Amino acid sequence: MTTFTVNGETVTVDAPGDMPLLWVLRDALKMTGTKYGCGIAQCGACTVLYNGTAMRSCQLRVQILDGADIKTIEGLGDTEAPHPVQAAWIEHQVAQCGYCQSGQIMQAAWLLANNPDPSDTEIDNAMSGNLCRCGTYPRIRAAVRSAAEKMRASET
Amino acid sequence: MSRAKKIARRTFLIGSAAIVGGVAFGIYTTRQPHDNPLLNDLADGEASFNPWVKISADRVTLIAPHTDIGQGARSIQAALIAEELDLEFGQFDVEAGPPAPAYFNAVAAKDGAPFRQRDDGVMANTGRGVIGTAAKVLGLQITGGSSTVPDSFDKLRTAGAVARETLKRAASRVHNVPVDQLRTEAGAVYLPDGEAVPYTTLAAAAAEEPVVEEVTLRNPSQWRLLGKDMMRSDIPAKSTGTLDFGIDLQLDGMLNATVRFNPRQGGALNAYNAEAAQTLPGVHKILEVSNGVAVVADNTWNAFKAADAIVFDWGEAPYPAESAGHWAAVEASFAEAYLDREWRHDGDVDAALAAGPVTGQFEYRAPYLAHQPLEPLSATVLVTDERADIWVAHQFPRQAQQIVADIVGLKRDAVHLHNQYAGGSFGHRLEFENVRYAAEIGVQLKGTPVKLTFSREEDFAHDFLRQIGISRVSGVVADKRIEAMDIEVATPSALASQMGRAGLPMAGPDAQIPAGIWDTPYAIPNFRVRAYRVPELAPTSSWRAVGASTGGFFLETAMDDLIHAAGADPLEERLRLCDDPIACRVLEAVGELSNWGSPTGDSVGRGLALVYSFGVYVAEVVEVSDGPRGVSIDKVWVATDVGRVLDPIAFDNQVKGGVIWGLGHAMNCEITFEDGRTQQSNYHQYSGMRLHQCPEIEVRALENDTKVRGIGEPTVPPAAAALSNAIFDATGQRLREMPFSTFVRFA
Repeated sequence: MTTFTVNGETVTVDAPGDMPLLWVLRDALKMTGTKYGCGIAQCGACTVLYNGTAMRSCQLRVQILDGADIKTIEGLGDTEAPHPVQAAWIEHQVAQCGYCQSGQIMQAAWLLANNPDPSDTEIDNAMSGNLCRCGTYPRIRAAVRSAAEKMRASET
Repeated sequence: MSRAKKIARRTFLIGSAAIVGGVAFGIYTTRQPHDNPLLNDLADGEASFNPWVKISADRVTLIAPHTDIGQGARSIQAALIAEELDLEFGQFDVEAGPPAPAYFNAVAAKDGAPFRQRDDGVMANTGRGVIGTAAKVLGLQITGGSSTVPDSFDKLRTAGAVARETLKRAASRVHNVPVDQLRTEAGAVYLPDGEAVPYTTLAAAAAEEPVVEEVTLRNPSQWRLLGKDMMRSDIPAKSTGTLDFGIDLQLDGMLNATVRFNPRQGGALNAYNAEAAQTLPGVHKILEVSNGVAVVADNTWNAFKAADAIVFDWGEAPYPAESAGHWAAVEASFAEAYLDREWRHDGDVDAALAAGPVTGQFEYRAPYLAHQPLEPLSATVLVTDERADIWVAHQFPRQAQQIVADIVGLKRDAVHLHNQYAGGSFGHRLEFENVRYAAEIGVQLKGTPVKLTFSREEDFAHDFLRQIGISRVSGVVADKRIEAMDIEVATPSALASQMGRAGLPMAGPDAQIPAGIWDTPYAIPNFRVRAYRVPELAPTSSWRAVGASTGGFFLETAMDDLIHAAGADPLEERLRLCDDPIACRVLEAVGELSNWGSPTGDSVGRGLALVYSFGVYVAEVVEVSDGPRGVSIDKVWVATDVGRVLDPIAFDNQVKGGVIWGLGHAMNCEITFEDGRTQQSNYHQYSGMRLHQCPEIEVRALENDTKVRGIGEPTVPPAAAALSNAIFDATGQRLREMPFSTFVRFA
């Protein structure tokens, strides 16, 4: 049995130690906002916050989850009360197919939590591990910049 | 069934010369409208006026039968209906609807005819007429060929107008007011005294009303929605992780499955040993399926792990085991015996080449490519003795339905395909492997819902590839002009490969082999285009932009080679040769936008390409710089003309997405074979463009053309050529073979 928190709620799962958090979320907890894309940390579609840090959930095994604090796209915000990054994604109409966007948004939320005013290069560096096959990169950049501005404005 | 229909079933006409012989359908068959599939399960008091609109006492539902693969198809289809039906966003639901013949797509079929889409001659129109009729009789429901907008533009606005006028008739009868005193706005019929009667309250009365057949469509100057920025209804859900893609579905009591089948595509399964796998945790069943094995488990992870533990003995591939053998087969196809068609011969190329001097001979190469949208293939099924349900995102839903019916032994009507939002496709979801295997699993586990998920590696191993190809070009240049171009292209027929699997075998030459080449607007005085069909190698399929993805690269890199040899300017010479005013304006626009001819830095280069595909001209200028970290793509300017931009945000997304797709694959993607298997198994070996490599992209949309066209694919083909030409301009190194990362490093 492994106990950890997901979006603030405590969960206990009975799963083998080598099972990735990705599949615990999707198949055991039925939280499918976190996406399976590659399984080898090459696409970033499964990005979650692990103790506050953006990580690929396909690489986070159950054996290291005990006591961990996990945040997924479902815990970031919803359509009624979106996180500023989600709001920017909607305002900028970023998504095409949208399959990579949960991961992109989690990655961007982590970036802005740690760097409220990232340069273009810092945005590029932070976001380049997240693959988008549709080519939404120009709008991702614009949405990250816009979310950063709004988050800074609301801080002051 | 008429004989004509049987002929059509056996030999479909996409890209086919068979139409010249003519296939006659009985007048009755061709004029008869298809049944409205929505009438099959209307509730009491619910009205449906046509296959795209239904209204009940509590909701308005619009049907969007073109599959949403990320291009915003549901949104634009709904907007087309809502425009004429006077609905605001938020006042209706949008559903994919059931697969049905009523949703046939004549435009996709017509565009496959061996005529330029802009050819309005008698022969072309007659040919397209026959093919469009065939699409109707066959009920060919397909999403592809950038045809969603052109197919829907009149049809769905008409559907909205018909519903509106019928609702007005109902209101007229119920409220005893003449129709001409009624108007509609925001989901309601307004009576002369200003009272609003919501459509929903008129549903029951409208259900009794004869459908108004004659309607007039509004002038675009009256549009409220179309042509203006629209917020897509799926984007909030896609931004909060709450949109269920096919792979996300959960049914009560559902099991999770995966498959392993011969990675040598089409090869047999000789033997396997699943003893170890059988004992692994969570494994419910290990089943035999075609050329492979399915593992059914409690969760997907356990299914993957058990599949990894099975030991297989796979049969040989039905194509050359090594990549070298594929290239050799393409090279060997430049021979009379494989000539598919001479698509164009202006002037006298042989005489011009004989007079010389000949520039070239140049050879250009394009590798196999995979689709690999980010959502892996999946499908969820539930089969019982009476019916089968399948939840899957599919671009060819009626063919998928038929495949399920054949496998589970039910009539097609008993198969219910629930079309889903797709996490990308790029042509991948025109194929049937996930559907076939889901059905094979479902029929062995009747009564239990099962979700089949392909691992990324399994998906890579079984992608039906973009065609491999070679082009050979000779030319004559004189006085800074191209005087002659002799271009030969050899590829396998992706359409014949694909349509064969869809049960629609093709006859005649394949217009996709020379696509992006023969239909160019360049009036080179001596110009010949010959297409050779390489016998099928690895199975291939439609990959975003299909034939033009290879042809456009070949033609426009060759043009640059010849223009350089002539000592001319790439834009000026193209403009001089251009004989279609629509294309000329697109070229001029991209020249203006990019400030073509303005000075650049030492290691900076610009490249230009213009390609015609899917009825659309697209010109792109790429600017690169060669620095210590490698070549970086800094800027792209795009000009195009789709007649009318209906959804500006989606248009912008499709344009830029197509450019990024074209550039990314040209940079670093190829699929190669070793021992009959693809050597690329995941994105670490097939990455495409990453965000840090993405250029700034500026777009100009012209609206000079008279026909409304789609833009999902046409921006792909110029990208690779423009990039190659830019790298040449910056470095002097001419890249005639993709991927370019074989020859240069990208930053």
